Amino acid sequence: MSGHKESILREPLITGNDITYAKITDDILMPVENKPNKAWWIGFILALCGATLWLVSVGYTFWFGIGAWGLNKTVGWAWDITGFVWWVGIGHAGTLISAVLLLFRQNWRNSINRSAEAMTIFAVICAATYVVSHMGRPWLAYWVLPLPNQFGSLWVNFNSPLVWDMFAISTYFSVSLLFWYTGLLPDIATIRDRATGLRRKIYSIFSFGWSGNVKTWQRFEAVSLILAGISTPLVLSVHTIVSMDFATSVIPGWHTTIFPPYFVAGAIFSGFAMVLTLLLVARKVLGLENYITMFHIESMNKIIILTGSIVGVAYITEFFIAWYSGSEYEQYAFINRSTGPYWWAYWMMMTCNVISPQLLWFKKIRTNIPATWILSIVVNIGMWFERFVIIVTSLHRDYIPSSWAMFYPTWVDVGVFVGSIGVFFTLFLLFLRVLPSIAIAEVKLLLKSASEQSKMEQIKEGHLDKEQVAEYVESLEKFDSVKQEEYAKI
Amino acid sequence: MSNIKYILGSFGDPDEMMHGIEKLQENNIKIHDVYTPMPIHGIEAKLGVKRSRLDILAFFCGITGTMSAFALIYLTSVVDWKHNIGGKPALALPDFIPIMFEVTILFCAFSLVGAYYASTHLFPGRAPRVMDLRATDDRFIIAIDAKENAEHSKIDGLLKDAGALEIKHNERKYISYE
Repeated sequence: MSGHKESILREPLITGNDITYAKITDDILMPVENKPNKAWWIGFILALCGATLWLVSVGYTFWFGIGAWGLNKTVGWAWDITGFVWWVGIGHAGTLISAVLLLFRQNWRNSINRSAEAMTIFAVICAATYVVSHMGRPWLAYWVLPLPNQFGSLWVNFNSPLVWDMFAISTYFSVSLLFWYTGLLPDIATIRDRATGLRRKIYSIFSFGWSGNVKTWQRFEAVSLILAGISTPLVLSVHTIVSMDFATSVIPGWHTTIFPPYFVAGAIFSGFAMVLTLLLVARKVLGLENYITMFHIESMNKIIILTGSIVGVAYITEFFIAWYSGSEYEQYAFINRSTGPYWWAYWMMMTCNVISPQLLWFKKIRTNIPATWILSIVVNIGMWFERFVIIVTSLHRDYIPSSWAMFYPTWVDVGVFVGSIGVFFTLFLLFLRVLPSIAIAEVKLLLKSASEQSKMEQIKEGHLDKEQVAEYVESLEKFDSVKQEEYAKI
Repeated sequence: MSNIKYILGSFGDPDEMMHGIEKLQENNIKIHDVYTPMPIHGIEAKLGVKRSRLDILAFFCGITGTMSAFALIYLTSVVDWKHNIGGKPALALPDFIPIMFEVTILFCAFSLVGAYYASTHLFPGRAPRVMDLRATDDRFIIAIDAKENAEHSKIDGLLKDAGALEIKHNERKYISYE
């Protein structure tokens, strides 16, 4: 297997000419085994300020109730559910990369799955805190569980999508955590075996006694594959159920059957954008350019164009169906969305999600790191606005014109949202310090089959088709981590 | 009689290690186990590791989850306390499907991972049974029980020929206990 060589037409997944198994370990564990640099501290302190703001805002909400938010009788859901759906959506890319790409044998997932899964877990934590804090009386949060109780055993309403959502999100979080942690065991063992003293003791506990023998590895792969197989429908079901929180209601603008696929595509779209936002910085700061290559960035950008276009088609379909339904309330909801008092939010969403990602059709932009990074943030802004548009514009003009209202966020709304980003980055930056940000064992698998140096050897052996080699060398031009001089000689 | 318990052949390349396994097996030398920093495909067939039955377990636990979820919903919302929701039937099967699905996945994943940890003896705080500290880094280790296989010099020779970078004669089985 490991001697098997991949076709020369495929772009390399690991670049560099002096990569060995030991170097992979050293490079990836560099941030874990050394003191953090200045960039990390600056990021961490900023994130920590955000997390503090979050604590204050959520604490304030718990103390004074959700009256602290800008909600009113008409707009009963706003930034809270917007934030919840946004975070859950971001989480989806992690599972998509780790599970769906594993099933499709996309080897490029190997170097991005670990941090994407970590991102999933932290994003779902942020989402879950919204669910709890929007309940108003969070100490009664356990009421969503079907527990025997003293109200004559009044059970939860199993017909309610909100109860389905509780099951979906908690299953999603716990299964993602299992998947992530099981994948981490061999890498924690790597840190353990290189560490000494207290560090070794701590990593020893968390490595679960991993030894890397044949049976453990063989079962490990079986478990990964089955977990991938069940996580794939799981991730689709989660955002489907989130969309049913809206779609099963009778509010014009929410009551549509297009919601499940449209939400799932939007989730993958925003999730990949967040993966890019994080990894483009991480690869630079942690010096991982050889492992997270231009090929990875370009592939993710291609997924962003695809899912962004699906989302764009969904927006247009919604409009068409509103007109085609003949229901004047449905029609009004959509006309109001694009031309009413929230027109700016609607067009912000359209620009950021549908128009600007089309720039990624150009290879120059797709392989340009600063441009990609900016576009990834634009996508996340757009996806936040998408949820805001769906939630607030559908609610703010309800059945009686006398109760029409606008939503104005208070500092607590802003604090909870900005703070949740702080919590997310705090967790992510801590993750980069204590655990390997790239799955070491999985990247080692690629060294002999899909690395630049193994392809270089193949070229030097000289049994390859000249045209194919030329095509391969041409494809390397976009890589920022490849030394072009090496190829000029050939 | 020497005190050597295990002979370790340390390889820097997985293909050479596979070659080493073949060489040892051709000479009827029993391999205790192999430790690698990454999964090596095809090795389990050589060492006679049986096919995993975790998939069967995952399937049945998943089905158990489906039935448990249905039982929970049925017994609470249909038998114990019916909600009258617009006069609609209490046994609203399509509404039960999302939760039945989620609980299926939940049971399947937890029992699968639980069974995996149990069958390969992984649990928090377990003392790592490591024979060579580089087996999780850049070395592929073949371990041979020195008591069962007496011809030590022959084993050393075979490992060297196959391309072992280093051969260790360990007097302790695991070096990680200190």
